[in-house]
Amino acid sequence: METVHYDSIIIGAGPAGLTAGIYLSRAKAKTLILDSGVAGGQMILTHEIANYPGIESISGYALSNNMRTQTKKFGCDMLSGVSITQIDFESELKSLSLSNGKSFSADTIILATGGRSRTLGVTGEANYKGRGISYCATCDGDFFQDKEIAVVGGGNTALEEAVSLTKYASKVTLIHQFDHFQGFKHAEDEARSNEKIQIKLNSRIVSFNGDDKLNSIKVENLLTHEQYDIELDGVFIFIGYEANTDFLQGRCIHLNERQEIVTDEKLQTNIRGVFAAGDALAKRYRQITTAVSDGTIAALNAMEYINQRKPKEAAHS
Amino acid sequence: MVLPTPLKHVETADHLNKIISENENVMVCCGRMGPMCIPVYGIMEELQEEYKHVDFRDMLFDSPEAHIIRNLPECSSFMGLPFTVYYKNGKVVAATSSIQNRDQITSILDKEFGK
Repeated sequence: METVHYDSIIIGAGPAGLTAGIYLSRAKAKTLILDSGVAGGQMILTHEIANYPGIESISGYALSNNMRTQTKKFGCDMLSGVSITQIDFESELKSLSLSNGKSFSADTIILATGGRSRTLGVTGEANYKGRGISYCATCDGDFFQDKEIAVVGGGNTALEEAVSLTKYASKVTLIHQFDHFQGFKHAEDEARSNEKIQIKLNSRIVSFNGDDKLNSIKVENLLTHEQYDIELDGVFIFIGYEANTDFLQGRCIHLNERQEIVTDEKLQTNIRGVFAAGDALAKRYRQITTAVSDGTIAALNAMEYINQRKPKEAAHS
Repeated sequence: MVLPTPLKHVETADHLNKIISENENVMVCCGRMGPMCIPVYGIMEELQEEYKHVDFRDMLFDSPEAHIIRNLPECSSFMGLPFTVYYKNGKVVAATSSIQNRDQITSILDKEFGK
């Protein structure tokens, strides 16, 4: 099958990738955005965005659609729901292939792969998703009216959602692997003072058990290694986010110990012509606004890189 | 009451009965405008071109008319939105609870309805 060439290929269609697509396409660079899911990334999961400058309030769904429409308007090509099977980013001419057999080459790559909710990865977790295990209290809390549930995690989200879920559940067991919480003190105080919440620190879930629904979990005390069962109807998991960099692991791109992409001040990775932007970057703050900023910086530097290459290519032709 | 998506909607229980009696292959995603549901609507929107032999619909979970999905025996153990139901010749052939990715959805579509 023929390999189609682009000036730049952006991997990921969240706010960072879409912004990079807008800047590059508007600068007349032939640009392709690839995404394994749908355009918008984690932004699409946000019910209301009230801190995006210039827009008082908008749903993540609407802002995603606006950005996607704007990106396409400037002539950027987009392919959603694709799976990358082969990459070569080290060569001067970058290339990649998709599971549908399509192949592409590019002068520059922008990695804007974003992040995802972390899962526990223990026995039974996949089986009981939607049958007792949830990652969204707002979505599924009302299925657990007067039922006993557990919340896993020790950050602000876990603490706040544990309190929020006491509106529905008769009892909430808050399970955290460390001996202290990582969230703000006021969030911890609110959880600790709630009579419906029982706290189990230094503990982890070993397995999820049940029949067609979840009905118990096996918990291990990490200090004594004692294991015991808790009968319950639901478990909500809030243990943070991880970068979508699985396909880069063991390859040429430099990742840190959390598997986040390491870049220089131009947002260029250790490979010339390969840039990165958004939540997959090694950085402290992850907001839609910071992703948009990253996308802009990566696109402008990618554009400069493309322009520097063009005279050289012309001289060779 | 319908969801604000670009998908075609199911408005009432009678409407769904009419749709599944008139279409061989129907996929209905019953949910809200929440983080677990919206990605599924987005995938359905993108699959419409590829699966022209499937009628893709959504339905508002909080509508009283959604009892036709909520009370299905196939959904009796479901405790996560959205409830997604696949009908072939008027019968339920598959149902899933909570968010699903594109591969999970297309594997059911391919198995039950063909490519």
